[in-house]
Amino acid sequence: MIKIKTTNRYDITPFRSFMTIVLSLFAALMVISIIFLIVGVNPIYAITEIFSGSFGSVYGFKETVTKAIPLILIGTGLTLAFRAKFWNIGAEGQLLMGAIFATWAGLHFGQKLPPVLIVPLIFLAGFIGGAFWGIIPAILKIKYSINEVISTLMLNYICAEFLTMLIVGPWKGKARFGFPGTNNLPDSAILGLIPGSRIHYATLTLALIFAVVLCVIIYKTRFGYETRVVGENPDAGKYAGINFLKTTLILMAVSGGLAGVAGVGEVAGIHHYLGYPASISSGYGFTAIIVAWLAKLNPVYTIISGLFFAGILVGGDAIQISLGLPAATVDIVNGTLLIFLIMGDYFLNHKIFIQFSNKSRI
Amino acid sequence: MEDIIISTLQRAMVAGTPLLLATTGEIICERSGILNLGVEGVMAIGAVIAFIVTMITGHPWLGVVAAMAAGMAISVIHAFASITLKANQVVSGLALTMLGLGLSGLIGKPYVGKPLLIKMEDLNLPWLSDIPWLGKILFSQGPFFYLAIALALASWFFLEKTRLGIQVRSTGENPKATETQGINVTMVRYLSVIIGGGFSALAGAHLSISYSKSWIEGMTAGRGWIAIALTIFALWNPGRAIWAAFLFGGIFVVQYLLQPLGISPNFLAMLPYIATLFILLLISFKDPKKLNAPAMLGEPYNRGER
Repeated sequence: MIKIKTTNRYDITPFRSFMTIVLSLFAALMVISIIFLIVGVNPIYAITEIFSGSFGSVYGFKETVTKAIPLILIGTGLTLAFRAKFWNIGAEGQLLMGAIFATWAGLHFGQKLPPVLIVPLIFLAGFIGGAFWGIIPAILKIKYSINEVISTLMLNYICAEFLTMLIVGPWKGKARFGFPGTNNLPDSAILGLIPGSRIHYATLTLALIFAVVLCVIIYKTRFGYETRVVGENPDAGKYAGINFLKTTLILMAVSGGLAGVAGVGEVAGIHHYLGYPASISSGYGFTAIIVAWLAKLNPVYTIISGLFFAGILVGGDAIQISLGLPAATVDIVNGTLLIFLIMGDYFLNHKIFIQFSNKSRI
Repeated sequence: MEDIIISTLQRAMVAGTPLLLATTGEIICERSGILNLGVEGVMAIGAVIAFIVTMITGHPWLGVVAAMAAGMAISVIHAFASITLKANQVVSGLALTMLGLGLSGLIGKPYVGKPLLIKMEDLNLPWLSDIPWLGKILFSQGPFFYLAIALALASWFFLEKTRLGIQVRSTGENPKATETQGINVTMVRYLSVIIGGGFSALAGAHLSISYSKSWIEGMTAGRGWIAIALTIFALWNPGRAIWAAFLFGGIFVVQYLLQPLGISPNFLAMLPYIATLFILLLISFKDPKKLNAPAMLGEPYNRGER
């Protein structure tokens, strides 16, 4: 008779933690390979193609960095929310709201102000837009105990429809010749690129700064401590006099605001005008959830995990073209990776013994 | 005018059917204490499998059975992660949704835009369908409609009136005490998650082989998430879910009714989502004790611990 016994493990070293992630990713790749085999795609070819498309060439790597910018920004914000066990699934909507606010600011003030002023202004507008959309579910949760998973998701759909309503209606630009979309932002509001790439360096710099600053806030300040208490031990938090509404409002303003900043980058750095929601964001808000999880909810690590998942997005585009796979393939890869990452946590936190014995004991 | 009202209500019933199926499934699952956010993904899997199998075999009911089997199978992932490995149920459910949406897109790619020529005939119930107004609205609908109501009523009876149903509920309320009664908490939860998955897949099957008779990526359009909200709105009671789901079906249909009045179609498309938030807001003014939420919803059960 085989018996499986488990006990909690308390000696979690960084090395063990790292190896668990590596093994989880490896196991996930195995499962993804099986799925590829079933649909008749050579898995070794497909997986090599994904990673050579994103990390194997200078062009691919530049694209990977470009797509990593929103993932790092949003992922960083999500680490803060998830630490407080506030399940913000609405980064997609917060990104779009940031893009809407930034476009408005750019179109209104772009002609009148020099770039030195306008660029910070659109970033600020984007942050406010995202923060505004992030604060709503925070209020709904703390004041009316409405589940934030549902509310943030509903706000995603609402924002996407709202944006579409703007670009087919009042904001439709003459320069689009009847197609939906606003006019181009004035030149002064357009973000500079690293030559020969699409990397808008202002947003990249902001992403890296926020990742480091947020890391310091989480580990070194009273506010960071309070967010952890709110998530892990709300009862203790109440006795300690933590103001739940205030803490949640701040952390969702930051989490939503950073998604808004990502939206600014997409509009002012890549597209230069506000178009359909699906073209502004290719699911960054959802992918960033896994980015935050892979980073073990540490903002600095989102720089690495953001690059990794940006690579999968870029590589996913590559295999769509070369193997004729649908866009949804990336979701399979992401979903499988996430499942194995959370399963890996169990093996990190538990010791498992398998006993073989002839007699069954009580 | 009379015709418009009748046809609107008739369509509201059709639009509410998948919501009712998925909500009933989620209620059973959450009653056992497991939060399953994978509904949207499982629904998509159900939709694509039902469509493909129906197209190949020519038998819609084979498609339905295959869809349910696939939905139950993929739900095992969430059950294993959240029950056996005690993983975070929010994240595990999200992963299931991503996987389900992704797999459905991959499997269904060759079938995008192909029309389904096999039709499921409406059932005109004898005598009842002749009743003016009500006959057309309630008694000459497709088979999924009757199935959804029958399953919701059966689930209500099961959860409230049977021994097994009480065991499911007590598993969600107090797993420790339930275990001391000699009930296998793990097994009850596994079965509840798997049955819930079957219901979600059935909802998807309705979408692809009866409602739109075609398959396209992302056709579930957030209905799975609305079902999760309706679970709260229905106060975890499948009986209440019946009218909650059809109320929401009405909101889906009202969009098309108001479009000719010159209201922005994008604004109308927001309505179901705004209504979801609004209804959750209304529910929040109720006394939390009367909300009836399973006490241990979302909490993993550790055997042998306090």
